Order: sequence, then structure tokens, then C-alpha cells
Amino acid sequence: MTYIPICNLEDIPVLGARRYRRADGKVIAIFRNAEDRVFALHDRCPHRGGPLSQGIVFGESVACPLHNWCITLNDGCAVAPDTGTVERFPVRVVAGQVELDPAAGIATELACAAE
Amino acid sequence: MQKMKLVVVGNGMAGMRTVEELLKLAPALYDITVFGAEPHPNYNRILLSPVLAGEQTIDDIVLNTRAWYDENGIRLRTGQAIVKIDRRAREVIAADGTRESYDRLLLATGSNPFILPLPGKDLQGVLTYRDIADTQAMIAAAATHKQAVVIGGGLLGLEAANGLKLRGMEVTVVHVMPWLMERQLDRTAAGLLQKSLEDKGLAFRLEAHSEALLGDDAGRAGHVRAVKLKSGEEIPAQLVVMAVGIRPNTALAESAGLHCNRGLVVNDTMQTYDPRIYAVGECVSHRGIAYGLVAPLFEQAKVCANHLAQFGIGRYTGSQISTKLKVTGVDLFSAGNFAGGTGCEDIVLSDPGAGVYKKLVLKDDKLIGAVMIGDTIDGAWYFKLIRDGSSVGALRDRLMFGEANLGDTGHQGQNRAAAMADSAEVCGCNGVCKGTIVKTIQDQGLFTLDEVRKHTKASSSCGSCTGLVEQILMATAGGDYSEAPKKKSMCGCTDRTHQEVRDAIRAQHLTSIPAVQAFLEWRTPNGCATCRPALNYYLLSTWPKEAIDDPQSRFINERSHANIQKDGTYSVVPRMWGGETNSGELRRIAHVVDKFKIPTVKVTGGQRLDLLGVKKEDLPAVWKELDMPSGHAYAKALRTVKTCVGSEWCRFGTQDSTRMGQELERALWRMYAPHKVKLAVSGCPRNCAESGIKDVGVIGVDSGWEIYVAGNGGIKTEVAQFFAKVKTHTEVLEYSGAFLQLYREEGWYLERTVHYVNRVGLDHCKARVVDDAANRKALWERLQFALDGEPDPWHEPDKARVDLKQFALVGA
Repeated sequence: MTYIPICNLEDIPVLGARRYRRADGKVIAIFRNAEDRVFALHDRCPHRGGPLSQGIVFGESVACPLHNWCITLNDGCAVAPDTGTVERFPVRVVAGQVELDPAAGIATELACAAE
Repeated sequence: MQKMKLVVVGNGMAGMRTVEELLKLAPALYDITVFGAEPHPNYNRILLSPVLAGEQTIDDIVLNTRAWYDENGIRLRTGQAIVKIDRRAREVIAADGTRESYDRLLLATGSNPFILPLPGKDLQGVLTYRDIADTQAMIAAAATHKQAVVIGGGLLGLEAANGLKLRGMEVTVVHVMPWLMERQLDRTAAGLLQKSLEDKGLAFRLEAHSEALLGDDAGRAGHVRAVKLKSGEEIPAQLVVMAVGIRPNTALAESAGLHCNRGLVVNDTMQTYDPRIYAVGECVSHRGIAYGLVAPLFEQAKVCANHLAQFGIGRYTGSQISTKLKVTGVDLFSAGNFAGGTGCEDIVLSDPGAGVYKKLVLKDDKLIGAVMIGDTIDGAWYFKLIRDGSSVGALRDRLMFGEANLGDTGHQGQNRAAAMADSAEVCGCNGVCKGTIVKTIQDQGLFTLDEVRKHTKASSSCGSCTGLVEQILMATAGGDYSEAPKKKSMCGCTDRTHQEVRDAIRAQHLTSIPAVQAFLEWRTPNGCATCRPALNYYLLSTWPKEAIDDPQSRFINERSHANIQKDGTYSVVPRMWGGETNSGELRRIAHVVDKFKIPTVKVTGGQRLDLLGVKKEDLPAVWKELDMPSGHAYAKALRTVKTCVGSEWCRFGTQDSTRMGQELERALWRMYAPHKVKLAVSGCPRNCAESGIKDVGVIGVDSGWEIYVAGNGGIKTEVAQFFAKVKTHTEVLEYSGAFLQLYREEGWYLERTVHYVNRVGLDHCKARVVDDAANRKALWERLQFALDGEPDPWHEPDKARVDLKQFALVGA
């Protein structure tokens, strides 16, 4: 794992998100929930590719801004009955700093299979 | 830890639906055993009629295969009737003597067909119509015998008669009442129904009392040969089907000493008088009613599962029910109080030649019942109006012609799903074809409209194809689709309605989202994407200058002050007062388009320019360089005031509509509302600004201005209704502003003015704005107070609490 610091926790609003762009152009959304937990997902809804970073965050989910699909933040799975999965990235908070490993994407088809 | 043991007695639709709901909530809580008296896994009893009619097979109607029980770790004991419950030992005892102990017991024993105590009722060939065995016996009889009599002209009797006829029998329906389906239809509708069934070859004897069933061998219990009526007539029949009603099957419960009264009595959590024992379905009596239709049973199942799962949320408070007849080629719909009575009024459309009859029953300006035959596309809509209990006064003169008459678009004017090909598009918003819906209903075992919406997205956007989707659902699954709650909760986070939330915010002086959620006992820690924007709006509109805006509870467009597009870029629409611009603005727009490489510039329907394809990072700079006010094209707020050129230039113009429009726009811009608000001002009745389809439409006439409200040019074209006639510009501002403030204070979030006015009634709005001058002035002042000093988010982002950091990327 190669974590890199990307911003302060305080730079992400509570129940909000920020965007990080990799060198290859892929955008990763970093979410912060009400308990100050952070989550990182590919900024792309499995439905029609909507930018999840722009959705409304609630509980541990985000609602895609385009067609209101709900995605669970900790596993990247669409909430049933919708199906699909978003690539996740390791992210953590160290001393108020948000650190991301943008190279270690985890695409888990299996995690979402069990409804 | 040892799992608790749940025993389910009854392997039918209600019992298994409860188990399914329970597995969703608490998959590992119970060790489940299911006893079914029939030898089959759970099947869709409603679809026995299509099976009898040869339109479906038994395999088609199985809901839960044996593999499903295995996969979910449920022990299924079919062909195993439970004969006794030992409540003290907490055991059930099966017919073969096996015992099974329980921690929780769910009784779903359904109902039994009522058998008339006629001489000869035990003859061979005398059947009831209840389960697969009955259906198979009827199919077998139809293959070897020629004549059948169905006793009972209700829903089930007619479906049986139709099925037997299709299998080649001569069928006579004997009914004791003066007309068919007297519990669902009035006399006229029943007459039409009878005629269309007679055209299919069925024969009827009405007001006919069966006296005896005659056997072919008088001495012994032989085979039935005829039905003898009290009139003396003998109708030859080798098959007699009794379909005269059902009785809740409470024998087991009664033998266990559970309180029964025309059904096993349960409370609102579906619990019987023994706290360990729950009951659902047709065996149950809830608040004195035993339901025999599928939708109420499923609602009961949901509530019961919630309590079995130890969540303890939710009450079943009864259902409104509607009926459709499953006879292919006969369209019939009935709901609510169709018979009318004191204080009721009927609106009737009768076209016997075309086989169409519709009756709507109104009371106190509300729709309380409907009967339709021949044309039932609007059944779902009427049923919704009945359930919502909203005022239909404003629709009254058009009500009979249905929802489509109110301007329906998106499905090629189709109104009969049966006539559509599988490849035909049903939902124009989400591109869903009929075949996809049918397949999903079958594959996923769906029963309610809500489920179909979730799985297919059909009718989940604009909703104009709802009637079609329901027809497909009815034809495919036989389900009806009523979502029960007469009061519709705001979202899954709460049982409160929009109105209850609004009332609480005002009465309790609540000024923040967490305060509302705490006071009204929200079930989720911080709401969801549905309730948070609504709460944010209610707080801001109820307590202006006091409640603080929460950007994270706004939809992205209102958070970034631009419209998100399908590729994640944004569109920017600067404000052009009354649709008027000048060379300076156009030069700046051209410069911005070049500098930021904006790919598309589009003239909008609201008389301004839309810059499409702007990158989020560029938004603040684009706003700054445009140096024009925000057009709020992204907000639930005042959008545009469309104007014609008016008397300044037009040779027909009677009033200066452009100036009037600009005055309105300057007075009302930055006004957030429950939904978007569009205005128009025309300078003469030729109405070039299309004032007739706007939230507020103003039309200049020689003697002053006419104000129309609650028009809409969207999904359903709604013509605005006349509101007031005034003389001066100041009056136009005051009346329009007061109406909009009333809407802002009373409207529900995402409710357009047309729906708001339909809900509260135009008279309500007139009484508060037109007739009551003091109240009008107070409303107008409250609106001005709310708008005074409101910032333009593009140019005063700090004051507007715009989160400026959102535009940049992090870690760059």
C-alpha cells in the first residue's frame, strides 16, 4: 500500500465529498460521513456513469445525482434491487490528514452478488 | 447461540410473503419450518383462473420453488396439515402425529370456500374453486363432460365460468342476487358485464335460488346430473362449481382457544391474543375486516415480518381495496363506495353500444368510489384519487375523461397494454418495453406497482404510464397494486407525512434538520436523499433569516449552482430579465464561450441562453466573467418570466408585457419554492408568451391584467386557471407574489403549483389571496421579507454559503 496525503479531513464537508484525479485521468471520489469516516470510490455510477462525488451522502450511502441510484460507500455496491459495483480505493485519516492509495483499486463483483 | 424457532402453518401467499419479508430483515434470526396442507410449494392462487382458462400452466404460477426453500434453509413439510396447537408446550401437532416446537408461531391458514347446505352437495362432480386440486378436477371434468353450472355470480364464479367455457363446456351461472358482482358493481355496469359474457357464450339465471343437486342414481351418492332451482327448472350439469364466498379458516386457531370473531382476531402488529402467535392473510380479522385480496395481505406480511424480526416498527391500519376481473377481453374495475348514498353525487358516462360504462361517486368534492367497464385505463388514477382523498373540485368537469385527457405524453397514446407488442415501449422516460416488464414480473415474482417500479424503473420517473404498467402487472401476476397507506410518508426514514413535518416545524419552531429529525423521531441517523432536501426547504421557507441553509442537503444542482449533465459537466444559464438582452451581455457570453471552450450554446424555452458542457472547475470563473446574475435554472426556485414584446412594438399589444415581466422577475428572483416556478406575461389575449401553461400566467387586456395560476407545460399539459383580474402593475405584483408565497408556505416539496392547487383547491387560494385583502398584503410582505437581501450565489458566494472548495480537485 502506498498511501499519499491528499487533503485535510476538514476540507471535505460532513456528508459531502471531494474529487481526486489520477495521472491517467481517472477521478476518485472521497466521501466523509457524519461520524467522520472516509470512503473512496471511483467517481462513476455503475448505472450511467454519473459522478457519485456530486450526490447526496447519507448514513453510509450516496445517491447518484443523475438517476438516484444508491451506492453503499464501504463496499461500492448498488443497493438492491439495483445491481452493480464501483471500484473502491483504500483511504484513511491519519492525524487529520486524508490519505489515499489511488493505485490499489479493489473491484469486488462478488461482494455484491449476495443480496 | 441457538436460533429461535419459527413455525409457519400455511404455505400460501400470505405466509410465505411474510417469510420473505422476514428473511430480508433478519435472515439469521429464526430456524423456520413451514407446514402446508397442499402437496405443492407456494403458488400464486390468483392465477388459478388463467390456468383454468388454459392461458397459463401450474408451473407458471409457482412463486417459491422447492429449491428456494432449500436455499434459505427453510424446512418445508407439504401435504402435512396441522391439526392441533399445544400452546402450553409451544408445539404444533401434524395429522401424522409429528410434533414441532416453536418460539414464534405464524398462522396463515387462509380461507375455506363456503359450501351451500343443499341436498346432493356431496355428489361426485360437485366442486368448490379454491386450490390447484379443484382446478385440476375442473380441467379433467371439462375434458369428459359437456355441461356445467357455476353457483355464484361473483368474481370467482365468473372467472370459473369463463375458464370452463374456454375449455369447451356449456356453462350456466346461477346467481341469487338481481345482478352479477353486486358487491363490486352497480346494476348498469353489471348489465353490461353480463352482456359481454353472454356474447362469449355464457348463460345466466339471476335471482335464482338453487334448491337441490340431483344425482344420476337417486339411491346412492352417484354423479351429479342437474341443478334444480326453486322455480322448478332443472339445469343439466355434470359439473357443479360452488363459488358463493369464502370463510376464514379458523378451525385450528379456535381449537387452540385463540380469540376468533369471523376471523382470527389480530391487533395492528398482526399479533393474536397469544403474544407468541402471529397471523396474516385471509384467516385474519383485523379491525373487524377479513381481506380476500392480495394487496392487503402483503401489507400485513410486511408489518408482521417487521415485528417477527424484532424491529417493532410499523402498524397495519387497514387497506383500501379495488377489484379487477381476470376475464380476458372483459375490462372491469371497481373501487371504493360505488353505490353512493346520502350526500353523494354521481358522474356517469354510458355508451352501451360501445360496451363502455363509467360511474364516479363524489362526496364533499372528493372522489369516493368508481366503477368502470369496457375502458379501465384510468382505474389506477381514480383509485389513487380515492386513496389520497384530495379535492377533485378543480378537475370535476374533466374527471370522467380520465388522466389521459389531462394531457398525457410519452407512450404513443396507448391505453390498452394487452394490445401492445412485447417490443412496444411502455415507459418513455426510462425506455422500458412491455416484454421487459412482463419478464421481470415473472422472474422476480413481483406483485405491486412499487416493486415493478424498483426493478424495471417503468413508471418511476414521470408516472404517465402508470395505468399501462398496472394493466401489465394485472395480466401477468394477477396482483393488484394498491399501496395501502392512506397517508403517504415522506420517505423510508419516517412515517410522517409532508404536512405533518411542515406543521411540526412551524408549531415547534424547529430551525435545523437535526432538530426536526430528533423531534419527529427519524429512524435514520441523518435522513436520506429524499427527505433532507425537503426538510431544508421547509426550514428555510418557514423560518426565513433564521433557519440556516445546509448545502449538503441540497441536490447537486443547487449545491453547485449549475445544472449537472449526463456526462458530469454542467450547464450555465445567466439571467436575462424578461428575456431581454443587449450587445454587452452577448459579447461577454461570446467571450466566455471562447475562453472556456464551451461546446454548446442553446436558446432555452425560457428566453435565455444555456451554455452547456462547462467543467465544474471552471464554474466560478465563468460566472465572474459573464458578470450577469444567476438564472437559477438549476434550482427549485423562480426560473424565468417569459414575455412577448408587448405594446412597445407589437401592433396588437394592449399592455407593456415586457416591462411587467421584468418587474415580476426583479421582484421574485432568488425565490426558492417547493418546485421550479415559471411565469409568463403576454400583452394581449393572443398570448404569445404562453401564459396559459405557467405557474403564474399574466395576460394583458385593454382594461388591465388577467392573472391565471397553476398551469404546467410538462409531463401533463395543464391549462392555468383564472385567478383574478386587476388593473395596475402593482396589483399584478401583489396578487402574483401573494399566491406564490401561499404556495411556498403550504406546498409540499417537489409539488408543482398545479398539484398544490389541485390538493388544496383553487377556492382555498382565492379566499386567501383574492378575497382577503389584508391576508394578501401580509403574504406579499412575508415574501418580500424572505427575499430582502438574499444573495446572488454566483456573485456573493460567501453570503450564499456556497462551498467554494467543491470546485477544485484535491491533492493536485
